Amino acid sequence: MGKTLAEKIWADHIVSSNPGEPDLLYIDLHLIHEVTSPQAFDGLRLAGRKVRRPDLTIATEDHNVPTQNINLPIADPVSKLQVDTLRANCAEFGVRIHSLGDAEQGIVHVVGPQLGITQPGMTIVCGDSHTSTHGAFGALAFGIGTSEVEHVLATQTLPLLRPKTMAINVEGTLQPGVTSKDIILAVIAEIGTGGGQGFVLEYRGSAIRALSMEGRMTVCNMSIEAGARAGLIAPDQTTFDYVHEKPHAPEGADWDAALAYWSTLHSDADAVFDKEIFINAEELAPFVTWGTNPGQGLPLSANVPNPADIADLEERGAAERALTYMGLVAGTPLKSIKVDTVFLGSCTNGRIEDLRAAAQVLEGKKISPSLRMLVVPGSARVRLQAEQEGLDKVFIDAGAEWRNAGCSMCLGMNPDQLAPQERSASTSNRNFEGRQGKGGRTHLVSPLVAAATALRGTLSSPADL
Amino acid sequence: MEKFIKHTGTVLPLRRSNVDTDQIIPAVYLKRVTKSGFEDGLFGAWRNDPEFVLNKPEFAGATVLVAGADFGTGSSREHAVWALQNYGFKVVISSRFADIFRGNSQKAGLLTVVLPQESVEAIWAAVEADPKLAVSVDLESKTVVYGVTSVSFAIDDYTRWRLMEGLDDIGLTLKKLDEVSAFEAERANFKPKTLPIRS
Ligand code: SF4
Repeated sequence: MGKTLAEKIWADHIVSSNPGEPDLLYIDLHLIHEVTSPQAFDGLRLAGRKVRRPDLTIATEDHNVPTQNINLPIADPVSKLQVDTLRANCAEFGVRIHSLGDAEQGIVHVVGPQLGITQPGMTIVCGDSHTSTHGAFGALAFGIGTSEVEHVLATQTLPLLRPKTMAINVEGTLQPGVTSKDIILAVIAEIGTGGGQGFVLEYRGSAIRALSMEGRMTVCNMSIEAGARAGLIAPDQTTFDYVHEKPHAPEGADWDAALAYWSTLHSDADAVFDKEIFINAEELAPFVTWGTNPGQGLPLSANVPNPADIADLEERGAAERALTYMGLVAGTPLKSIKVDTVFLGSCTNGRIEDLRAAAQVLEGKKISPSLRMLVVPGSARVRLQAEQEGLDKVFIDAGAEWRNAGCSMCLGMNPDQLAPQERSASTSNRNFEGRQGKGGRTHLVSPLVAAATALRGTLSSPADL
Repeated sequence: MEKFIKHTGTVLPLRRSNVDTDQIIPAVYLKRVTKSGFEDGLFGAWRNDPEFVLNKPEFAGATVLVAGADFGTGSSREHAVWALQNYGFKVVISSRFADIFRGNSQKAGLLTVVLPQESVEAIWAAVEADPKLAVSVDLESKTVVYGVTSVSFAIDDYTRWRLMEGLDDIGLTLKKLDEVSAFEAERANFKPKTLPIRS
């Protein structure tokens, strides 16, 4: 019997395997940020241990760094302490770090791919659940807890139980204005926020193959919102071309050897998945969430659902609570919902392509005076590139705020937060209660919908302009 | 993690049951960036009371905590274990522990010993009569010994072995270092490295 892609990568990283015990897997790359690493480094220090492979480890500052006045000291003392601690730990243990002000600083899941240290066939971990993003390269990538961070720092391995595999087949051509964000929101609405639990998701089919690397990252990024720890896509020419131009791409004979290996990284024709689902790409439309979990989404042309129509009692209750929290009335057309803040950014949609897509919609126009728009590039390098292309001018001329790189309003750990009852259209990945600020109301959308919404003031797609 | 074979020390008799993790370490103390330094927050809400047993000079330097039933209930915070260890405790004895607390303590190398409530009461009475009474907790023979009294306790073989060998999860993996090195020797050259920095 053939193997799935996830099984191949797993098998290639087993250091030791004994019946009745988790497999010990080798970790090719460990990404670190300021929030989940301090106790792990402290654990090493207390035990007198070293970082086993500083050359397979990299750190950046993203979760709570400010996106304005980044040359000033960080005002919030807890954030400052975490950032200072990360810097000191990296210096002490010899770990590469990209700090605020550095061209490679940014959201950890944007930085890895842009440096070319995210490559096919790797195992990649980080103390952050959206590590699944790197699965877009055909890598097995997942988030870990602080004690596991310490384990990887000390041993470059992790004891892990083998996951099940699920194929998500998306076939057909997307309609104009429909993006990778709409694919993944539709997948989550289909399988539910717990549907992927215990599985590695493999996204397949012609609609997935047609996506750019950035689009693929958006899809894999939100695997965790479907309950899966990891999602992946088989590498192909699009992947190889993307990696080839990056600073840490293999060179010369190494490139040839890498390419030969990467070309074997796909699920075999006779591989059996534990579960399969099918989605018709032709039928997808711009999607938006109306509730407080990422599974509560609908096409933009729909109305706010009526909880009374939901048969499942638990889901009905969740929908009722969500509508109360979101301040929405059943039957309201989604397109008539007024928004106060548009957030373009995050590890889901803060890459150069996302900024280009939004800028194209905004070019030569003004955002609605009734709202504010924050544009937060995923990394300092994305910001630089956008400025070279003149995108910053487009955003500023349209009336948006052009910020520095970081997680920003995706989780509101820094000063970028929603006020209570403030409503956002956000290109990020989580619409949980209070995620973007206490009492804040989040609608998850694609960059195209974010830009069109900024122009019209209500949830909109470019086709509505 | 230090090996635990036998520990001898004096006792802090904590005559309270249902001591939950919020009482062991209140949430306001959780903002630290270290696993150490939590001793200041240990039993934070009770520390201001001069009558609280931890503040009594005759029990200073105790390393064995003997508490009432249902010790460590509440949240899963590992900080509760760190706080006890940071303060200097090596062993906690109670007639019943919360599962998560017990799991966390065994991972971190804090020995939790379950004794019948009569034995707990007997130890309380003995150390209140003589605060300098030395108590030995022996993992090898699975006994708690003080004066002429010896009480045996049960512990599963795997945990006992791990504690006696001083192995946390990382320690266990470090035992397989030869296999890790062998794997590394076979790793493909083309795999990326973060160092030296390329741009
Ligand atoms: S951008 Fe948001 S989801 Fe991504 S790493 Fe930062 S906080 Fe997490």
